[in-house]
Amino acid sequence: MRQLAAIAAFAVAVALLPAVTSSGVVLNMAIMTLYAALLGQAWNLLAGFGGQFSFGHAVFFGTGAYAAAVLQARFGWNAWAALPAALALGAAVGGFIGTLSFRYGLRGSYFALVTLAFAEVFRILANNVQFTGAGVGLMIRLEPGAARFQFADKAGYLYVILAFVVLGLLISWWLKHSRYGAWLQAVRDSEDSAAALGVNVFAVKLQAIMLSGALTAAAGVFYVQYFQYIDPSLAYGPAVSVEALLGPIIGGLGTVWGPILGATVLHLLGEATRGLVPSLPGINLIAYGVLLVLMIMYLPRGIIGLVKCSRP
Amino acid sequence: MLQALNLSKRFGGLAAVQDVSLAVPGGAITALIGPNGAGKTTLFNLISGFIRPDSGTVRFEGRDTTALAPHAICRLGMARTFQIVQPFAAQTVRENIAVGAHLHHRGRREAIAAAEHVARRVGLHAQLDKPAASLTIAARKRLELARALATGPRLLLLDEVLAGLNPQEINEVLPVVRGIRDGGVTVLMIEHVMQAVMNLCEHVWVLSNGRLIAQGAPREIAAHPQVIEAYLGHGTAERLLKAAHA
Repeated sequence: MRQLAAIAAFAVAVALLPAVTSSGVVLNMAIMTLYAALLGQAWNLLAGFGGQFSFGHAVFFGTGAYAAAVLQARFGWNAWAALPAALALGAAVGGFIGTLSFRYGLRGSYFALVTLAFAEVFRILANNVQFTGAGVGLMIRLEPGAARFQFADKAGYLYVILAFVVLGLLISWWLKHSRYGAWLQAVRDSEDSAAALGVNVFAVKLQAIMLSGALTAAAGVFYVQYFQYIDPSLAYGPAVSVEALLGPIIGGLGTVWGPILGATVLHLLGEATRGLVPSLPGINLIAYGVLLVLMIMYLPRGIIGLVKCSRP
Repeated sequence: MLQALNLSKRFGGLAAVQDVSLAVPGGAITALIGPNGAGKTTLFNLISGFIRPDSGTVRFEGRDTTALAPHAICRLGMARTFQIVQPFAAQTVRENIAVGAHLHHRGRREAIAAAEHVARRVGLHAQLDKPAASLTIAARKRLELARALATGPRLLLLDEVLAGLNPQEINEVLPVVRGIRDGGVTVLMIEHVMQAVMNLCEHVWVLSNGRLIAQGAPREIAAHPQVIEAYLGHGTAERLLKAAHA
């Protein structure tokens, strides 16, 4: 219950941000942090709670982004109508990859490699199929209006991404307090023990990757509405896959707040390093790398682990 | 209650289990013994669905379970523990046991309550809040037992729950196993600790090199020449006999 109250407090605090400041820079920063947090939450469902480390979450992100972009640009769908279709497609791609890899018992680095390979295959496909605009990419027509998922000011986007992140928080909370969550974490810690206790390991992992795929696709849909453009390397390139896993690893794997904490620290660090060394574009990526190495060496349980350790 | 019929399993050139048949009667504690590498754990894996046999069938309460997956077999009422304990290390004792309890309790609260009840039965209630990774070997063995028990089985397969325990710890666990049987759960155990086998079991099967070489009451088995040879080497029974006469 305390956790639910904390989630509500978080939602209210972020929602009040536009009332405090109208600075586009600050709001954009908040939006991009929440967007990274959403990617992290989706990845954390599968990797943090389920122990299946994906290195190719771009495959779900890109599928969501392209589903929305194609439906809107080619078929004239309303963006809100495209959203559930994109989520369903993200879940379906998750089901496909999950069935193939979990049926044949791929674990650990083998599973990571397969997801990476799928993201690359999808990138090459998107690059070569006319349907997705090939290498040129797809543009969404600019026509502001909340009914079309486009907003004249940043506050609108902030509310939408905040709603998704709160949904991600609620799903994570549910995993900590439900039978399904207990089974998923059991599978993470020992598949054999879980199976011996009556857990259908294959089904549990499959449901996790489908849920994670759908939530990642939501981030893709949001991206397309916010930037109104998508191309194959933005959609399926490794940058998204890395962004999805950095936040939770730094914040705390398999925790409710880890992805948000990690995304916030990374974005603040990114801004700070870019501000300090403006002459070196990409300096923030170096800082991320250094932070990741330090975290894995000294704080493998993430920033959350630090908080939990200090308590008796 | 449980019947294995002509079970065989080969791993490459090694015949791990050859043509083993046994029938476990309901309501009793029985044991499977044999030297290291005899195929005891492989037989457990065949019975509990973790490995498919090359030939033969397993019947549990009259139902053919040979082709079923482990989780499906567990749902029918047969639970097992592992010789090499595999706790959910990142989770507390309570959460570990609750995973088993969730098999028949959908709600979180009921599962936790059931887990605490089981913890009391096996003497783990003082350690419910500890992370499983911090437990001693003896406590981990109890946790393994508690999780399996929490699934509400009618048949419990225990794979060396006493291995690695000191004599005092063994003496603490024996009444727990007896209590489980008295609660209506049939127990089949793999055990090396002969004191426990003698104490607890009504019937013993002896496995050596993948074959069943003897069965009977524990006292008969301990005097069985083939069993002595399986443990101590070829010709030992004869030598022991001569030594006794001399």
